[in-house]
Amino acid sequence: MQKSRVSTGLKRPGRHRLMKGLVPYLYLSPTLVLLAVLSLIPIATVFTYSLLDNVIITRDAPTFVGISNYLDIISKSHFRQALQNTLVFAIASVIAHFILGLSFALLLNTNLIGANAKALFRVIYILPWVFTASIIAILWRLLLNPNGVVNYLLISVGLANEPIEWLSSRQLALQSVTFINIWAGYPFYMVSFLAGLQGIPTSLYEAAKIDGANGVQLFRYITLPQLKPIITSLAMLDFIWTTHQFTLIWMTTGGGPIRSSEVLSTYTYKTAFSAFQFSQASTIAMIILALTTFVAIFYVRNQRMAAE
Amino acid sequence: MRRPSATALTRALVICGLVLGALFAGLPVLWMFASSFKSNTQIFAYPPRLIDESFSLAPYRAVLTDPQQLRFFFNSYFVSTLVTLLTTLVGILAGYSFSRYKFRFKNSLNLLIIGVQSVPPITLMIPYFGLIVLLKLYNTYWALILTYMVFTLPYAIIMMTGYFNTLPRDLDEAVLIDGGSSLVILWRILVPISLPGIVSVGVYTFMLAWNEFLFALTLTRTNEMRTVPVGIQLLMGQHSFEWNQMMAMSVLGSLPVLILFLVFQRYFISGMAAGSVKG
Repeated sequence: MQKSRVSTGLKRPGRHRLMKGLVPYLYLSPTLVLLAVLSLIPIATVFTYSLLDNVIITRDAPTFVGISNYLDIISKSHFRQALQNTLVFAIASVIAHFILGLSFALLLNTNLIGANAKALFRVIYILPWVFTASIIAILWRLLLNPNGVVNYLLISVGLANEPIEWLSSRQLALQSVTFINIWAGYPFYMVSFLAGLQGIPTSLYEAAKIDGANGVQLFRYITLPQLKPIITSLAMLDFIWTTHQFTLIWMTTGGGPIRSSEVLSTYTYKTAFSAFQFSQASTIAMIILALTTFVAIFYVRNQRMAAE
Repeated sequence: MRRPSATALTRALVICGLVLGALFAGLPVLWMFASSFKSNTQIFAYPPRLIDESFSLAPYRAVLTDPQQLRFFFNSYFVSTLVTLLTTLVGILAGYSFSRYKFRFKNSLNLLIIGVQSVPPITLMIPYFGLIVLLKLYNTYWALILTYMVFTLPYAIIMMTGYFNTLPRDLDEAVLIDGGSSLVILWRILVPISLPGIVSVGVYTFMLAWNEFLFALTLTRTNEMRTVPVGIQLLMGQHSFEWNQMMAMSVLGSLPVLILFLVFQRYFISGMAAGSVKG
């Protein structure tokens, strides 16, 4: 009984082999259908829209206009402001996330406090990450309200003389939403760095200590180089995510006042759903995609190198 | 003599740093929690106090007895649960294919899946609007479930492929010799031992789905279909800033993820780190 099974299991006639060749695609088929319909076709659609005029809501037939939508958009000061804000928002967030995430991970990695205290601090540090962007937005609108608790604290310790309009002044709106995004996003780095720190062999530190290295040198010549692959992939991933951020800005400032905190995603949304300029919105959406893809190519290459 | 005092100093500095960090991370959350028990007139009371005489469960009662807000919660649970189940299922099948088979276009397909992770949601939103209407899915649960899967699936596939890759192929061959099919290998052998990986994928997927905002905002129209993140925004417009109720809803809306996180912390952190770092 057992033997006959073995023999049928190993003999593979031609037709069987052909079927077998299809098996991996069969397992992938739900994924491929979903990604084709909801990812590849939409991207092709949005690209087509960006080359046309009069799409979606007009009665007139769409007309092909080539790259003129792109030239139009790039020449607009609103677009350039949104692009600049997006870059400021993303780069400041990535740098601050890195500094906070690494500092907190190093603090949590210490042997100077007990395991229970460490576990408690870890949960507190991860807290901001548990909340969704729309809840974070509402919470900070409460905290940063001119009559809110942040202004109260600043005034009572003498750092401010009068209530500050954090989210409704043109000078501060972008900085405030960037700060909120920094608060919301560092735990992702911290968690990854914690895992990375635990992966560094202790023998490296011991050997360096025997050679007389001090704490700063250990950090500079062992910790940082060992974390480098994590740092690069986190920074790229975070840059991509931060340039996509919509909810947080939409629900705190809405891109205002007077576009002072407008980023590319809120600008796209307004162009599509308030101004109903779908060709222009598609064009901005394609520019965001191009910006992201540029970073993503480096990310994928980096991942490949790490995998090998 | 010098060494103990130096370590004592380091220890004091580390503890100082830890406490400052905890205040930075925890105080805003504590304030949210405290405000959810206040009366709305006390929200901006001067001077602010963490707990005042207006302390009551009334804001929670208001949220939990409002059928419309309960509906937001039901929708969020329903959509997130279905997205989690479907993503895990489809992700396991795809991960199995990538891990155990050699086939043409394997590399390009893998690259495509990694690439989809970085497509901006706002880029897809414009064509989705037309596409979802065309598929007659506008303002339905399926509109949300299918579009969410575009963002949850790549991570699930990458994680499951990685997890299956760590399992020895001897297991598969034992089943093949017994005359079992590849599906038997997957369901009877690989899935049971991969449970930790599957749980971590499931938790992460649930979190992404529970938190999604942009598609929920654009692809649904009526309050019967809104989810919690969009519902909170509506609360902001309708009730002229019932801060205490918004905070109560925020606490309630964050509980599922917080509980999932605390229960599965270990899986979650290792899975998350592996997913982000090793891809």
